[in-house]
Amino acid sequence: MTSWAMVIDLDKCVACQGCSIACRFENNTPVVAPEQAQKGRAIRWNDVFPDPINPTEETGEYPFVRTRYLTRPCMHCVNPPCVKVCPVQATYRDEEGLVRQNYDRCIGCRFCTVACPYGVRYFNWYQPEWTPELAQHLSPDAVTGPGRSEGPAARMKGVVEKCTFCIHRLQKARAQAEAEGRDFRAADYVPACVQTCTAKARYFGDLDDPESTVSKLEQNPRAFRLLEDVGTHPKVIYLREG
Amino acid sequence: MLTVNPHDKTLLIDPLYRIGIRFRLLFLFLVGVIGWGGYMYYHQITVGLGETGLNRPVFWGVYMVNFIFLIGVSMAGTLISAALQLTGANWRRPITRIAETLTVFGLLVAALQILFDMGRPERMGSIFIYGRLQSPLLWDATSLTLYILASMGALFMQLLPDIALLRDNVPANAPKWRSFLYRLLALGWRGNREQWRRLEKVITTTSILIIPIGVSLHTVTSWIFSTTVQPGWKSTILGPYFVVGAVFSGIGMLLIVVTIFRQRMGLQEYIQEQQYRSLKALFIVMSIIWFYFTYTEHLTIVAGQEVMEFPVLASKLWGTFAPTFWGMVGLMVVATWVLIVPNLLPSFLQELSPLFSGQWLLGQGITAVFLSLVLFMPEQLPFTLSLAPDIHTLLWVIEVMLLLALVIGFTLWCKRHLIRSMIIASVCVVVGMWLERWNIIIPTVTHPRLVPYATYLPSPTELSVTAASFAMLVLGPLLFFKLFPAISIWEVAEGRVIAAAEAQIEIPAPEPVGPKRKRPFEFRRPN
Repeated sequence: MTSWAMVIDLDKCVACQGCSIACRFENNTPVVAPEQAQKGRAIRWNDVFPDPINPTEETGEYPFVRTRYLTRPCMHCVNPPCVKVCPVQATYRDEEGLVRQNYDRCIGCRFCTVACPYGVRYFNWYQPEWTPELAQHLSPDAVTGPGRSEGPAARMKGVVEKCTFCIHRLQKARAQAEAEGRDFRAADYVPACVQTCTAKARYFGDLDDPESTVSKLEQNPRAFRLLEDVGTHPKVIYLREG
Repeated sequence: MLTVNPHDKTLLIDPLYRIGIRFRLLFLFLVGVIGWGGYMYYHQITVGLGETGLNRPVFWGVYMVNFIFLIGVSMAGTLISAALQLTGANWRRPITRIAETLTVFGLLVAALQILFDMGRPERMGSIFIYGRLQSPLLWDATSLTLYILASMGALFMQLLPDIALLRDNVPANAPKWRSFLYRLLALGWRGNREQWRRLEKVITTTSILIIPIGVSLHTVTSWIFSTTVQPGWKSTILGPYFVVGAVFSGIGMLLIVVTIFRQRMGLQEYIQEQQYRSLKALFIVMSIIWFYFTYTEHLTIVAGQEVMEFPVLASKLWGTFAPTFWGMVGLMVVATWVLIVPNLLPSFLQELSPLFSGQWLLGQGITAVFLSLVLFMPEQLPFTLSLAPDIHTLLWVIEVMLLLALVIGFTLWCKRHLIRSMIIASVCVVVGMWLERWNIIIPTVTHPRLVPYATYLPSPTELSVTAASFAMLVLGPLLFFKLFPAISIWEVAEGRVIAAAEAQIEIPAPEPVGPKRKRPFEFRRPN
């Protein structure tokens, strides 16, 4: 079995948001108008944000601020709250542990967006539109089938979308390996944010393989996961600073 | 040919064929509101849900609040009709029809709210094709469908003998389609012994079945929230809390609707004070349970002060949602006061009641308002006042006494006007329960864990669609009761027979001698 996981080393992360940009172009994430973004309707499958995001008594005030930057893709939880609540199985966990989203099935009830404690699910409030210049450079990759469209495929208004760990890259890597007549290796598959990371702070691999980098980094004493207390068992592992 | 009591006929059947100017005007107004809401919804469908005030993280808003409120209102029919039917409470007879109709239309409009809230309503059928068993939304869809079918069935069964009565008493000048409709719906009801036996059996069975279905719907709806891991929702008592709230608001809405039809259609003879008094007892019980649940629900969060949960509660107690939270509590306190306190007034106050009415009350009110201005906002007055400290104290004493007098006057008024005071309580409860649903949903969605705290205000689209929904809730029963009588004729007739039989029973008078005292040397008041 494979269990795809990501490790993010916060010691190396410089919060440049390169991952967010790479993700946006890789996955054809719809852009929204500035006033819509003001309303909190921007779609960022990968996001860089301060933690804790809502100031508490512990975060303190300038210049004694105790906060840090985190970068957040979908956690691809082992026990995902979003999957359990979807009434039509539009979001589901595949056999390799990726939490996927089928735009053609989604009914737009937004139960998953409410249930996700990480806030990594986004809703298309309007029909996605691109300026002509951007529209020429949309990624042609899509994961489609009868009654199925996922990943960078075109979204319609009224459906939910989310990070898929670049599921189309996995499919392409498999096809490539098959065309070359060799076995598929975990190293063939890497999401866009990992590939682009300026500081090489992101690692990607198979958590079930004890020899993989992510498995070894998971044993690191600095390793932690977001919101471990809600019992979702995320497969995005952070390495604490310092 | 089934015949009907001529008195019932003039009061209940004849008005069905008369359409007055007020009815037409109200109809046009409601259709206008619904039309406007429909246009706005069409806009929302074609453009996208961005037309609402929703955002990230406030993915659910007014539509969801309306949904829960409306299925709560629909609880009235189940409770009144089914529970009272099974317990053989005879006072239910004149109000069962209105209660069941309210249930059916409440549920239909509630189901529409889900449709309004969906991003892709055309894929609604997928729930039944690809449904995921773990999803509380699937449970809710199942339960809602069952409940709608069951309550429609119950309404129809209970209507059947009356439809047959209508069929056999169509006036000569009535439009043809109406006699056709009644003939079709009466299913050949002749009112013979075997038909009655079967009908009784079916009504009893549906009454038994509909209660668990109703309870399950409210519980499952609460599970939509309490099965998530979001702060403020993860509560074990949310299920029973929703059921209690549903019964509470259901009785409130029922009282309002019953009173409107009673006044407008002249049904005072059927719906008497006895119905109000019985409903009042139920209402008091529900309000006490509601306060108990509300207190428990919030106490556990206060005591824990958990990092994620407490901000949600704090926003209700003194933050953004303080107006809606304290508004809800205030309305409920007024409702409970109106229901309970008039019964507890000492008798000497009632002798003083002329002091608390008419011009006296007006004078007290004006003086109290003026004194409040002097005491609390002296800078707002057109003249400056410099009060000596003892005068200031005296004014305070007078102000407190006046306010007390106003409260006593209001309470005495409530005691004299049973029905009007019940309506005040009902309106308070219905509005308060809508606010309660708001206070459950919105504070949690605006206080997520890893997304910045947000605010939410419904947009004009949402408000228009909400107005249209409530217009539908009014229009539905309005048209329904132009086709079918608002009072269950056969049930009332049956009640008359039972009452006549009961009048024959002679109850032996109690023995005039008291029980033997256990303590023989006890002090006794001299006679």
